[in-house]
Amino acid sequence: MSDCGPGSDSRPMHDSPIPAPPLLAARGLAFARNEMPVFGPLDFAVDAGEALLVQGDNGVGKTTLLRVLAGLLRADAGDIAIDGRPAKPALRARAISYLGHLPALKADLTALENLDFLCGLHGRRRGQLPGHALGIVGLAGYQDTLARQLSAGQKKRLSLARLWLAPAPLWLLDEPYANLDLEGINLVNRMVQAHLRDGGAALLTTHGAYAAPPVRTRMLELRRAA
Amino acid sequence: MMLTAARALMARDLRLLWRRRGDALQPALFALLVVVLFALALGAEAQVMAKVAAAVLWLSVLLAGLLALDTLFRGDAEDGSLEQWMLAPVPLAWLVLVRTCMHWTTTALPLLIATPVLGELLRLPRDQLPVLLASLALGTPLLSLLGAVVAALTVGMRRSGILVALLALPLYVPVLVFGAGSVAAAAQGLDPTGALLLLAAGLVLALVLAPLAAAAAIRIALS
Repeated sequence: MSDCGPGSDSRPMHDSPIPAPPLLAARGLAFARNEMPVFGPLDFAVDAGEALLVQGDNGVGKTTLLRVLAGLLRADAGDIAIDGRPAKPALRARAISYLGHLPALKADLTALENLDFLCGLHGRRRGQLPGHALGIVGLAGYQDTLARQLSAGQKKRLSLARLWLAPAPLWLLDEPYANLDLEGINLVNRMVQAHLRDGGAALLTTHGAYAAPPVRTRMLELRRAA
Repeated sequence: MMLTAARALMARDLRLLWRRRGDALQPALFALLVVVLFALALGAEAQVMAKVAAAVLWLSVLLAGLLALDTLFRGDAEDGSLEQWMLAPVPLAWLVLVRTCMHWTTTALPLLIATPVLGELLRLPRDQLPVLLASLALGTPLLSLLGAVVAALTVGMRRSGILVALLALPLYVPVLVFGAGSVAAAAQGLDPTGALLLLAAGLVLALVLAPLAAAAAIRIALS
C-alpha cells in the first residue's frame, strides 16, 4: 500500500492526528472466503474531498473490498468507521452509495421510471431532479426509452445518474469506467470531481488502465493474499 | 422515508406488471386450467363435483401461487435490485413485505375475484361460497408470506425449480388443511369459525415474522 498521487501528502494514512475524522476509515480490515483469505488486513482512510483508487489485478478482491465496505458482506476482522463513528447498518445506508457490476435497472421500465424508483428507495439529493440528472450523464432525450433498449454504456450512464441523485456523501464505485467510451470516462471523472468539491469522497476500483480523476487521490494497491 | 420507499416500490411493480401483463396472467390461467380439467374429468357426476369443489379450488389456487413464487425475488436478484434494497436506508424486511403484498395482489387477488365463477364451473354449493372466500382471503396472503421465505432461501441458486415446491409444501400443508377444512366443516353444518380464526392467527404471525426471515435469507443468499 502506498500513498501517492496528485495533491496527496505523504503522511501515513491511519495514525496521524487530523482535525476532523476521515469520512471513511478502515482498521485491520480482512475478509476470507471458506477460510481462504481474500484480502487484508488493510488499513486506509479517505477524507472528505478525496478519492481512493483501489488498484490490483483481476481476482485480488477489489470488488469484495467494496462489498464489505458497503455492508453487503461481513468482514472477518477489523472495523470500519464512517465520520469517526462505527459503521452501523443505518449509518452506512445514509452515508454510502454503491455502484456495482449489476446495474439494478429494470429492463421493462423507462430510464426515468428507473430513476424515480431508485430515488424513492434511496432518497434524493436536495435540488436534484431525475430529468436533470439524465441530462448530466448525456442521456437527455432518452427519458421514455426502456432500459432494455439502452446499450451497456448507456445503462452504465443511467446508473451514474442514480448515483448523482443519491444523497450519500461516500461513493463506492466498482469499475466505474467499464463499458464507457472516452467521453464517458471523462464524465465519470467530472462527476467524481464535482462530488468531491461538494465535500464527498469516492472509492474507485480499476485494474489500472484508466486515467484517474484529477483530484486529491490516494492509492490502495491490492495484492494477491499469500 | 419508509412510506416513500413503499410507494415507489408499489408504483414500480404495478408498472412492471402492466408491461408484462401476459406473464402476470399465467397463475390465473393455470388455476383456470386445473379447474376446467377437473370439471371435464368429473363432468357427468354433479354430486361428486359439488363435494370436492371447495378442495379443488383451494388446491388450484395453492398450486398457482407456487408457480408464481419463483418470480418473487429472482428478477430483482439477477439485475442487482436486491443489492440496492439491502443498501437502502429502509429495513430490507419492510421492502420484502411490500414486495410480497404486491405479489399477492397481482397473483392471488385475481384468483380470489374469479373464485365465484370457477365455483360455478365446479358446481360449488352457493352456501359454501362465503366460507370459501373468507378462507381464501385469509389463507392466500399466508401462503404468499410463507412462500416469500422459501423464495428468499432459494434466490441464490441459478435454477431452483422443484426445490421451491419441495421446501414450500410442508409449510403450505397446514394452511391447506385449515383452509379447505373450514369449507368442509361448513358443508357438514359445523362451525367454520375455529379454522378461520386459526388461519387469521397464522396470517398475523406470518405478517410479522415472515418478512424478517425472508430478509435474513436474502442477506445470506447474496453474500
